[in-house]
Amino acid sequence: MYPSKFNYLAPESLEEALAVLAERGDEVKILAGGQSLIPMMKLRFAEPSTLLDINRIPGLDGLNRSNGTLSLGSLVRHNDVVKSDTAQANHTVASAAPWIADPIVRNLGTVVGSLAHHDPEGDWASVMLACGAELVLSSSTGERVVDIEDFLVDMFTTSCQPNEMVTEVRVTAHTASGGGNYQKLERKVGDYATVGVATSLELDDNGDITSAGIALTSVYPRNLKVVEAEQALVGHAPSDDLFAEAGRIASEACDPASDIRGSATYKRHIVDVFTRRGLAKSLGIAQGGQS
Amino acid sequence: MTTTEHKPHTSPEIGGLGHSRKRVEDARFIEGRGNYVDDITLPGMLHMAIHRSPLAHARIISIDTSAAEAVDGVVAVVTGELLADYDLDWMPTLSGDTQAVLATDKVRFQGQEIAAVIATDKYVAQDAARLVEVEYEDLEPIVNPQRALEEDAPVIRDDKEDQTSNLCFEWESGDKAATDAAFAKADKVVSLETHYPRSHPAPLETCGLIADVDSATGQTTLYMTSQAPHAHRTLFALVAGLPEQNIRIISPDLGGGFGNKVPIYPGYVVATAASLVIGKPVKWVESRSENLISTGFARDYHMKGELAVTNDGKILGLRVDMLADEGAFFADAQPSKLRAGLFHIVTGSYDYPAAYVTTRGAYTNKAPGGVAYRCSFRVTEASYLIERLVQNAAYELGMDPAEFRSNNFIQADQFPYHSPTGFVYDSGDYETAMRKAMDMVGYADIQAEKEEARKEGRLVGIGMASFTEVVGAGHGEDYDIIGLKMFDSAELRVHPTGKAILKLGVKSQGQGHETTFAQIVAEELGIPAGDVKVVEGDTDNTPYGLGTYASRSTPVAGAATAIIARTLREKAKKIAAHLLEASEEDLEWETGKFFVAGDPESSVSIQDIAFAAYTNPPPDLEPGLEGVHYYDPPEMTYPFGTYIVVVDVDPESGQWKVRRMVAVDDCGVKINPMIVEGQIQGGLTEGFAISSMQQMSFDEAGNCTSSTFMDYLVPTAWETPRFELGETVTPSPHHPIGAKGVGESATVGSPAAYVNAVVDALQHMGVQNIEMPMTADRVWDAMQENSGG
Amino acid sequence: MNITVTVNGAEHTADVEPRLLLVDFIRTNLGLTGTHIGCDTTSCGVCTVLVDGTPMKTCTMFAVQANGRSMVTVEGLKQNGELSAIQDAFREHHGLQCGFCTPAMMLVGTALIEENPDPTEDDIRWAISGNLCRCTGYVNIVKSIEAAAETTREGASS
Ligand SMILES: Cc1cc2nc3c(=O)[nH]c(=O)nc-3n(C[C@H](O)[C@H](O)[C@H](O)COP(=O)(O)OP(=O)(O)OC[C@H]3O[C@@H](n4cnc5c(N)ncnc54)[C@H](O)[C@@H]3O)c2cc1C
Ligand code: FES
Ligand code: FES
Repeated sequence: MYPSKFNYLAPESLEEALAVLAERGDEVKILAGGQSLIPMMKLRFAEPSTLLDINRIPGLDGLNRSNGTLSLGSLVRHNDVVKSDTAQANHTVASAAPWIADPIVRNLGTVVGSLAHHDPEGDWASVMLACGAELVLSSSTGERVVDIEDFLVDMFTTSCQPNEMVTEVRVTAHTASGGGNYQKLERKVGDYATVGVATSLELDDNGDITSAGIALTSVYPRNLKVVEAEQALVGHAPSDDLFAEAGRIASEACDPASDIRGSATYKRHIVDVFTRRGLAKSLGIAQGGQS
Repeated sequence: MTTTEHKPHTSPEIGGLGHSRKRVEDARFIEGRGNYVDDITLPGMLHMAIHRSPLAHARIISIDTSAAEAVDGVVAVVTGELLADYDLDWMPTLSGDTQAVLATDKVRFQGQEIAAVIATDKYVAQDAARLVEVEYEDLEPIVNPQRALEEDAPVIRDDKEDQTSNLCFEWESGDKAATDAAFAKADKVVSLETHYPRSHPAPLETCGLIADVDSATGQTTLYMTSQAPHAHRTLFALVAGLPEQNIRIISPDLGGGFGNKVPIYPGYVVATAASLVIGKPVKWVESRSENLISTGFARDYHMKGELAVTNDGKILGLRVDMLADEGAFFADAQPSKLRAGLFHIVTGSYDYPAAYVTTRGAYTNKAPGGVAYRCSFRVTEASYLIERLVQNAAYELGMDPAEFRSNNFIQADQFPYHSPTGFVYDSGDYETAMRKAMDMVGYADIQAEKEEARKEGRLVGIGMASFTEVVGAGHGEDYDIIGLKMFDSAELRVHPTGKAILKLGVKSQGQGHETTFAQIVAEELGIPAGDVKVVEGDTDNTPYGLGTYASRSTPVAGAATAIIARTLREKAKKIAAHLLEASEEDLEWETGKFFVAGDPESSVSIQDIAFAAYTNPPPDLEPGLEGVHYYDPPEMTYPFGTYIVVVDVDPESGQWKVRRMVAVDDCGVKINPMIVEGQIQGGLTEGFAISSMQQMSFDEAGNCTSSTFMDYLVPTAWETPRFELGETVTPSPHHPIGAKGVGESATVGSPAAYVNAVVDALQHMGVQNIEMPMTADRVWDAMQENSGG
Repeated sequence: MNITVTVNGAEHTADVEPRLLLVDFIRTNLGLTGTHIGCDTTSCGVCTVLVDGTPMKTCTMFAVQANGRSMVTVEGLKQNGELSAIQDAFREHHGLQCGFCTPAMMLVGTALIEENPDPTEDDIRWAISGNLCRCTGYVNIVKSIEAAAETTREGASS
């Protein structure tokens, strides 16, 4: 299986890349890790006329923590996150990374590329929704910062404009009394999620929940942030009953399709179970962090 | 008869039977110097790509190839109409049916071949193949055999004159009256309806061919992914009308086969025809999705089994009714007299007088195939059914499944055992193998833990399979493929310096023939295995044989090798007598030399004998030391064993994990224990794959929904369980070296053990069956259905 | 487009179409057929080579992306006429049958040992979980990599 023909550009600076996008962003596809784009091109689901390879642009591979924010540049690979101590600053991010694709694909595929691709079966968008991430979109005219919820428009569609490129994703680091987790049901390594649940919690000095994030993968036409379930948690002391309530809300909020991976009923059930389990894990980390 | 230890007779330097000799073939593979079909490039070679049907069932109104032809670099576009001029638009299948090479009238499965583009570059060939335009009229797609056999179902094979329905064959085995009588006497009848899902062997190397027809001489050389090069040459001669002496099939290194490389595929025929017409070599190598959607599938049997039992735990009889989903062309690679292969081995490891099996095969709008995927013909389905049934019968009777098996096993002293469906089992000791496996796993402890676990809300299950395989087909009188008797051959030449070359009609796909067959020669002649080169896979340079599948190689070609070596040893004895100036009767053989009885000093080595065979033969003897033997097995061989699986099931999610997997195998005498273990580990993984995730699936429109490795799930090292191997050794009494063949027992035996284990974990909820592959959702569904939830 | 790559220490320059997949460049243009193709969906891993020391699936990269980079394929494992520890180990422990997955498995094993000289069984199974094998059942592949790690450690400490 071979892609159809295209033009190839590999700029060596961000300015150059943004200039290309400014000029003819409509016909250009950005090539990051290529682990979603190239398979689609081989199957001829995608036939871009020009590829803009951003891998030669210096400075896009930063994975940094400063002032309670974890930032990942466009060329941070899934495996960079797996191996990074810095990434441990956000527990949801750190626990999701090993679940993405397989070890070799993780050497090339990028976190930002995954968000830009916005496959509803992709894991990172759920992680970012649960953690309230922001994306930096750059163009030749400047930068804008977009909230993840505004970035993800619809499946395979984002608010990134043809003249723009995502240069960074930023997510709040967990405090010592915060925790997070990613639960994924997959049939084998390299499989997309049957169900994925990202969770994140912050506790106050009394141990009550001050903020909560819950987002779901593969059970809705896009990655789904379950605001109602999050709200049900905030302001309360964590308990099994409370988490069960959140699980119930999440399982009702999603709208999975029945397919070869399981019935809608089964997937809803797994959303319930994994939301509870994810919250319990997150709580364990948050409480462990307190002591 | 069972011995658990088997010491080699030869020194490690000789490396005969029983030595874990390191593999000869590895030398090239570990340096990346394997030579697979796609690695071969010929001067001026063109590339072929196939345009395939997107629909499962439709009438072809028109085919327009003009856009494809206009692409720069395209040399030709071939359609069925064009092939018809050469009488090549249809070809015979291995089951005596016909199959369209390139469709002209109708498409009958998604992925069916319609046109082929020949171009100077493979990228260009694919570009152009996409531009072939076909106009269709939709027909109802038939995606299951039940619908296929309904009266109002459209007839898929309207190309066949006498075909008025979708019934493909009917077949029966056993004694109906005796079985009915047994059921009439039964205290209980235990029944199970289950589907052995459609699977695909999916070797990592897909199928491919380079056809090189010399238009001046007519010499046709085909580099082909072939598990059966000789049979394929004959088929090519018959199909294409080419003189057989002008066809040379070279099957180079194969990246796995597992039955997938037994049939002849349309792509081979088209590429050959193209090379013939164009006069240049043409290469065709499938993509993975082409491999999955169009080449030989396996299994897909809908089975209903009933076991008649007494309250005290004796089996009286077995009744099985089956519906086989054969796809659009009946292409099962199996003996022509046996429409359901060797399925009638279904009575298994148990002794009872009556069994009756009925089978109907139906045409459906799916790819053809029915290959023996890492198993003997249809034995996997049989073994699965009986091993699932006996476990359910034990539950029904309130007995331990192991004790129920023990109660019914064929006893070691009953061999040779005549089964109610006509097999003659050569040897076995089922009880010993089962007890050994039970000891290894700690059977009683796990049974005890199950109760405890349940109280803690955990689910633990233990399941076993005490399977009997049947391998090594023929005997030729009963077993043939399209008329070719199922023998195999070996040609052995011992050169003047005492080094030998062994040529075989079979073909390794990774089983290590270059290593093991040399060991047989080493055992028989005392020539160091390292001095024996094994050649196979080239029809010009090897004797005729039926090929490697259904674990045939060791039982059949292995026997041929042993016998030809023994024949040469007889001749060597005459030469030795001449050299030692002694009479033949006074000579004795010891590995690698003849000596005069009572006088070990006067001896002559096999190497000296070989030299003399060419330089100083006895005057009354034909010079040289070589010969060929064709072996027609008197009977098949019957490997067996017991596999036990322990699983932990997550009651909330239905996910299950193998905690232990113990496999005790008995494949008779082992040529190379290291290789045998490797074969078992590989087979166990396939069994795990089939039971847990691997499945060819289709939607209602007949679209194949498992056409890539993203959806046709092959387990990785991460999911695959750790296997613990054990063995017993019960030699085959009728095989020259006592070997039985092993490549496939594990795939045959293990799926039932996995399913039995998961069902066992859920049995207290009333769960009696879970269909394969046991994905987490199916396990969870089973719990829900049975807990009223 | 003109590209220059270093493969197994040797520099190669070629003019390639942008759409040429790296695996086809390696196999066809360079004639290094030890790197294989087994799927269309980046699933099987038989096309894996080391790019600047990191395993990558070359069926999901364009040759032009490799411009200026250095690669090791199976043909480059043997150094100065000596098999590498991992090649020896695969042979010794029967880590291969048909050999189709083997080059990639050995390269992934090599990269793993480089990064983690003393991997556990789980580390190894995890590291090779982007690579399929249909023949061996993985048991002996894991053993081979374990053994190669041990030899490499011994070599380093002596
Ligand atoms: C076998 C396999 C299994 C996989 N399994 C999973 C899985 O389990 N979970 C999961 O989440 N993903 C999975 N993936 C996808 C993988 O995570 C991809 O790496 C990821 O989705 C895309 O990242 P990339 O860097 O490879 O992007 P590319 O493929 O390069 O690009 C993807 C899309 O995003 C656009 N894009 C990329 N970067 C930017 C940017 N900076 N700004 C704007 N647009 C951009 C591209 O133009 C393209 O449209 C799998 C992939 C494979 C091959
Ligand atoms: S060929 Fe299968 S992953 Fe590259
Ligand atoms: S050895 Fe054949 S695929 Fe691994």
